[in-house]
Amino acid sequence: MKILKLAYKNIIHSPLNLLLSIILFGLGIGLINFLFLFNAQLKTKFDSNLADIDLVIGAKGSPLQMILSSMYHIDNPTGNISIEECKAFLNPKHPLIKAAVPLSLGDSYRSYRIIGSTDSLMSFYGAELQQGKIHAKDFEVTIGRAVADDTGLKLGDSFVSSHGFNDDEDLAHDHAAFKVVGILKGTGNVIDQLLITNPSTVWNVHDHEGHDHQDHEGHDHGDHEGHDHGDHEGHDHGDHEGHDHGDHEGHDYGDHEGHDHVDHEGHDHGDHEGHDHGDHEGHDHGDHEGHDHGDREGHDHGDHEGHDHGEQEDKNNSNQAVNDPSIPFARTNADLLKYPEKEITSILVKFKNRTNFQALSMPRSINDNTDMQAASPAIEINRLYSMIGVGREMVKWLAFLIAFISAVSIFIVLYKSMRERKYELALIRVMGGSRSSLFQLITFEGMLLTAIGFLVGFVLSHLGIEILAGSLKSSYKYSFSGFQFMKSELILFGVSLLIGLVAALIPAVKASKTDIHNTLTEKG
Amino acid sequence: MLRTKSLEYQYSDGQAFRFPDISCESKDKLLILGSSGVGKSTLLHLLGGLLNAETGSIRINDSEMVGMKPGQLDKFRGDNIGIVFQKNHFVASLTVLENLKIAQFFGGIEDEQKCKDLLKRLNILDKAHKSINTLSEGEKQRVAIARALVNNPALILADEPTSALDDENCDEVIGLLEEQAGEAGAALVIVTHDNRLKEKVSNQLTLV
Repeated sequence: MKILKLAYKNIIHSPLNLLLSIILFGLGIGLINFLFLFNAQLKTKFDSNLADIDLVIGAKGSPLQMILSSMYHIDNPTGNISIEECKAFLNPKHPLIKAAVPLSLGDSYRSYRIIGSTDSLMSFYGAELQQGKIHAKDFEVTIGRAVADDTGLKLGDSFVSSHGFNDDEDLAHDHAAFKVVGILKGTGNVIDQLLITNPSTVWNVHDHEGHDHQDHEGHDHGDHEGHDHGDHEGHDHGDHEGHDHGDHEGHDYGDHEGHDHVDHEGHDHGDHEGHDHGDHEGHDHGDHEGHDHGDREGHDHGDHEGHDHGEQEDKNNSNQAVNDPSIPFARTNADLLKYPEKEITSILVKFKNRTNFQALSMPRSINDNTDMQAASPAIEINRLYSMIGVGREMVKWLAFLIAFISAVSIFIVLYKSMRERKYELALIRVMGGSRSSLFQLITFEGMLLTAIGFLVGFVLSHLGIEILAGSLKSSYKYSFSGFQFMKSELILFGVSLLIGLVAALIPAVKASKTDIHNTLTEKG
Repeated sequence: MLRTKSLEYQYSDGQAFRFPDISCESKDKLLILGSSGVGKSTLLHLLGGLLNAETGSIRINDSEMVGMKPGQLDKFRGDNIGIVFQKNHFVASLTVLENLKIAQFFGGIEDEQKCKDLLKRLNILDKAHKSINTLSEGEKQRVAIARALVNNPALILADEPTSALDDENCDEVIGLLEEQAGEAGAALVIVTHDNRLKEKVSNQLTLV
């Protein structure tokens, strides 16, 4: 029979008090720990997907959006860039760049993105083949582990993509089906969530709609603009403006003011040298109408209208599976460079030496001098953290408030029960217990309450993560696990015990001052 | 063995008591009588180490209690003195057996068999694992006696052990106290105003 055991018997002797204390404390600790776990897991996932990428180059727009779409695949791309524009960065002989992976973001299948890239994408993320082979023809795909697990796609399966990021049957492209030829091993990073094909496949999917244009001179320009604007449409109003401001503060890109304007104009001029301007205006109008819709469908419209210039009837005829033999199958950057008129979405860049002065100044020079933008993933992700930090802070303070209230309630419970048990406490002294025995007893009771409360909160928070993993996965594209534990939980346990100790301090001091004689001789 | 000499106590409100010298051998018993207000409880609490005497001497076996440091006195009390009260309090969250074991814990020993033997002798072994609050008053009094004996004390103090009891139970309780004190080899001091006990204990001291 030890004092700790006596303390335990005492607290379970009044179950209602126990319940009140541990529910309140458990809730507070549970919320705090849930935030810890969620943040840590999200950060780990974000960080693991940084994959040592130093720079992302893509179409002008929100840098954060570009990072989210190109590295984390949780947003729509900012637009496309032509290979001609970015050929310098794809050149294997670039003096500063160790590796550059072009990405062509395409459609999606069951909200997993189909991405056109060279084979180097897989080595970039350290992915290895588990089954089958790497895609070698158009419309062949190699899929990530999570995609295979979640969608049930197997080697040899065929599927039809839907446009953009929507999982909407109405938007399904009715062209040739994709075929799964390879499945990658799980890596824990974002490649698990991708369906990888070749850039040419993405081009095929999108160009076949307007393949009539192939005959027209200048088609690429039309296509280009349509794309570019089309993509902006969905975002301009919300994302871009918000981001551009942030960007100014962080980066001092100078010319970002009215950045969208610059973009449009720059584009038009750059691409349309020698083209007649009447045509352009027609383009822009078409685009801006699409703009107003402000959503992905809007994008589609803008796209088509921009392209077709009243050739609507052609569009309807062209919705068939067409594998354009003139479109190349590119395995390497060198292959891509043979088709300067084609487009990709972005380039992931690793520098040879990231502290090199020229490498450091590269983003700025891209932003200032080209129609493209360059952004550092680390900077953008930190910006994202600080943005979502506000909501997190509020929940955190709410949790602290609950923990504080529960500490007060534990204090009241202990104080009250100490008063009710004054004969018992005097008796313990009669039996030979010292003042410090009583002090220990009451502090143990307080610490036991918070320890049990901590356990309840601990279980609740892990359970919460596990239960919410499904919906978290659909919004963040990452799998969360309730079975990951952290060192900070030990610290939280220590803090819980400390709170119990502090809450018990006053009752414990009072108990230790119990006057045996007066208590026992008190009549009535 | 208990011996006191020129024992005095003064409360902070000025009320002062002076007690006659007391002597009680092991296995012997002493009845201290007196009406209310003559300092019976004060004497009992002084003898039990619940109050610190400032002058005089209280010796139990060969130890002098007056002048002990508080922690030392707590330990000494747990080891050497068993007290039975008129209204006995228990640790409500514990069972009968656990209430005996907690007394052993504070007395610094651990001997479950001894607890069970005592409960058996007092005829309440079947209640050992019952919560203390489910017992009748008579049963509680027995548990209190068992608790006073559980550490083999040199001195057993009983504060009005019988005043709330009917004649039959009074006889039984006083019988049990005498018997158990005798078996444990302890000195038994009963403080009471219950005149029924006068016939039962010959060694008497009346406070005035």
